[in-house]
Amino acid sequence: MSEYKLERGHQDHKGRIYLYKKYERFWHWSQAFLVIFMLLTGFEIHGTYTLFGFGKAVSLHTLSAWALLLLWFITIFWQFTTGEWRQYLPRVKASIVMVRYYAIGMFRGEPNPYHKTADAKHNPLQGLAYLGLLQIVSPVIWISGLFYLFYAYWSPSMKAVMSLQWVAWAHTAGAFMMLIFFIVHVYLTTTGHTPLAHIKTMITGWEDEEPEKH
Amino acid sequence: MNHNNTALKPSRLWRVKRHWSLVLMLLVLPFAVAMAEPNKNSTTDHSTFKQLQGPFKSAEEVTKVCLTCHTEAAKQLMDTRHWTWEYKNPKDGKTIGKRTMLNGFCIGDKSNQGFCNACHIGYGWKDDTFDFKAQEKVDCLVCHNKGGYVKPLGNAGYPRMEREESPAGSGKFLEPVDLAKVAQTIGKTSTKTCGTCHYNGGGGDGVKHGDLDSSLNKAPKDLDVHMAAKDVGGQGFTCATCHKSEGHKIAGSRISMTASDPHGAMIRGAAMGTRNPATCQSCHGDKPHKQGLLRVNLLNAHTDKLACQSCHIPAFARGGVGTKMEWDWSKAGENTGYGQQVTRKDAHGHVVYDGRKGSFVYGENVTPEYLWFNGETSWLTQDDKIDPSKTVAINTYYGDPNDGKSRIWPIKRFKGKQPYDTEYNILLVPHTAVKDDTAFWYNFDWQKSLTTGAQATGKPYSGKYGFVNTEMLWPITHMVAPKEKAVSCVQCHSNANGKSDTANHGDNPEVRGRLANITKGVYMPGRAQDHLSVLEILGWLGVLGAIAFVIVHTIGRVMTRKTHQKSSD
Repeated sequence: MSEYKLERGHQDHKGRIYLYKKYERFWHWSQAFLVIFMLLTGFEIHGTYTLFGFGKAVSLHTLSAWALLLLWFITIFWQFTTGEWRQYLPRVKASIVMVRYYAIGMFRGEPNPYHKTADAKHNPLQGLAYLGLLQIVSPVIWISGLFYLFYAYWSPSMKAVMSLQWVAWAHTAGAFMMLIFFIVHVYLTTTGHTPLAHIKTMITGWEDEEPEKH
Repeated sequence: MNHNNTALKPSRLWRVKRHWSLVLMLLVLPFAVAMAEPNKNSTTDHSTFKQLQGPFKSAEEVTKVCLTCHTEAAKQLMDTRHWTWEYKNPKDGKTIGKRTMLNGFCIGDKSNQGFCNACHIGYGWKDDTFDFKAQEKVDCLVCHNKGGYVKPLGNAGYPRMEREESPAGSGKFLEPVDLAKVAQTIGKTSTKTCGTCHYNGGGGDGVKHGDLDSSLNKAPKDLDVHMAAKDVGGQGFTCATCHKSEGHKIAGSRISMTASDPHGAMIRGAAMGTRNPATCQSCHGDKPHKQGLLRVNLLNAHTDKLACQSCHIPAFARGGVGTKMEWDWSKAGENTGYGQQVTRKDAHGHVVYDGRKGSFVYGENVTPEYLWFNGETSWLTQDDKIDPSKTVAINTYYGDPNDGKSRIWPIKRFKGKQPYDTEYNILLVPHTAVKDDTAFWYNFDWQKSLTTGAQATGKPYSGKYGFVNTEMLWPITHMVAPKEKAVSCVQCHSNANGKSDTANHGDNPEVRGRLANITKGVYMPGRAQDHLSVLEILGWLGVLGAIAFVIVHTIGRVMTRKTHQKSSD
């Protein structure tokens, strides 16, 4: 069976579930690349190190921003047409269960309390983290970033009430939050039944059933 | 003349042939043509005028002839700074100008007028008896000549009228000016005629300004993208292209500058109002950079903080002519004992010591300093008390990032050390240049020189003098480089301090941290000094915290995995 016909939730004869569709995986990895690249160029623009050279770093950062905006534009459209946006609705109580698992249960060898299904592919804590990213970090970064980028078009009355300094500081704060998210996110991908299991799923789309504990 | 063959037989050529022998013509013509390029668009050929055939006994006679047609010219000039050497500073209402202003170079004009006033656009101003109302004293030729006209130093503004042996007894002669020839080839001002004086302020080529020297006469494109001739890729501008004149009043002033001009380009027919036609913006507008989506006009985003010059003039004194960065008068005096000064040169051929003047530091290819500047300046005069324990600011540039009209400007900071009265605490004007019994250059005696200087300036002199450190600022606004050679992003957007490069007077095209001393009014990405320190601390603590979490959690997993593997066995 060719993959593009697969619907989410399809289960094959080995018990694997098809969790991430083709577009979703494309979106995830291109977004991952762009975010990493923007962190890299962004902190160079910030003055943390020299890599590409300031001028080039600005161009590359801007280019990536346009690419990411385009990707988001398409993805938001995709989220709504497929109904996938519901994946990001918060489940607070269940999140606490996940926190307990990462803090205690995991070390006791308990199985992951959450079983991914096609309708709820993120664990509740994961979902909450993405919602935070979407609701707090992204607006901070994008709003400040666009004001930053379009400084040449600020009117005098805008300049009277806001300063590039505040915009830049907000953008920096967003960048720190994104960097912290990135570190924790990459680490948590290793918490599947094998360290690379989640990453494999994100590449192939197929989630293995967690093997039974003996 | 037959009007059918004017193109083949220019009237000038024809007349020369008629007046002189063919041999003489062949010898003289190439020189004459090089000297006087006729303005093809002019409707007047001055060489055809009977009144200008000469011979002229005096320079004033030429002026009188000029005024017979240009009836208002002298009156117009007499109303300009070029004539009065006086200027009312709009900043503080003080009357300043070359007559009374002080500087850190040759210091002052009074008592030295016979020498310095070679650069006055008049004839014969050697002392206070000069008649500023005498129209025939206006020197039309110095600005409008096309070559062959020099006003020697020490001649009170007159051209050389007699054949002169120089140096005396050498057998070498300087020829007198041919007034008739100069008058017949008269025309518009040129870069060279303006430069006759404006390059040579402070006693030599490039000495004072740093961005004005004789290299601009034949500027390569790299030196000045506007003033380079069209055939070398420039625009072929003369000074007057930007310094537009109206009734002989010339736009532009370094005392009252236009630091910002936040408007579009001026268009014919549009009301100019009080706008200064000499600004960059008068032609280019205030949003001159065209950048696509990749940069989103990021360069235009700089124009509300920076003067155009700050990026587009990466260094001054770039044309191979050095500019004086320091002048220490206290070292002056070394001489042979027979009235001849001792001089020493450095490896570049710059005079670094002159017994008449003291020691100098020259700079070439100098990185400017930068400051917030709103165009207003004030100037120290002899009426102002100084504090000799500090470096005395001969001029002050005003500006504040929040005043709405300041921009970050490039400047040359010149350091001087010059005589002052230790009792009265005022700067003194030494008598130096006019050969007599008290002039410093010929007698090497400060006491005599300062006494005469004080008499000429009408200031009391206690008889006690010392030398005080002074500073003087010069705006950098000429020598605009091609855009590829403009200051690159990283030369300002950097954590470096830029100071080491400024201190060694240049020779480093890639300077980092040029604006390190600009701490107010800008947020510059790439500079740690603009970061919010609380945010930096919290941010990096958060990042470290995340990494620590990862490490601790990983260790926990590895250790507990062993235990539940054991328990499951």
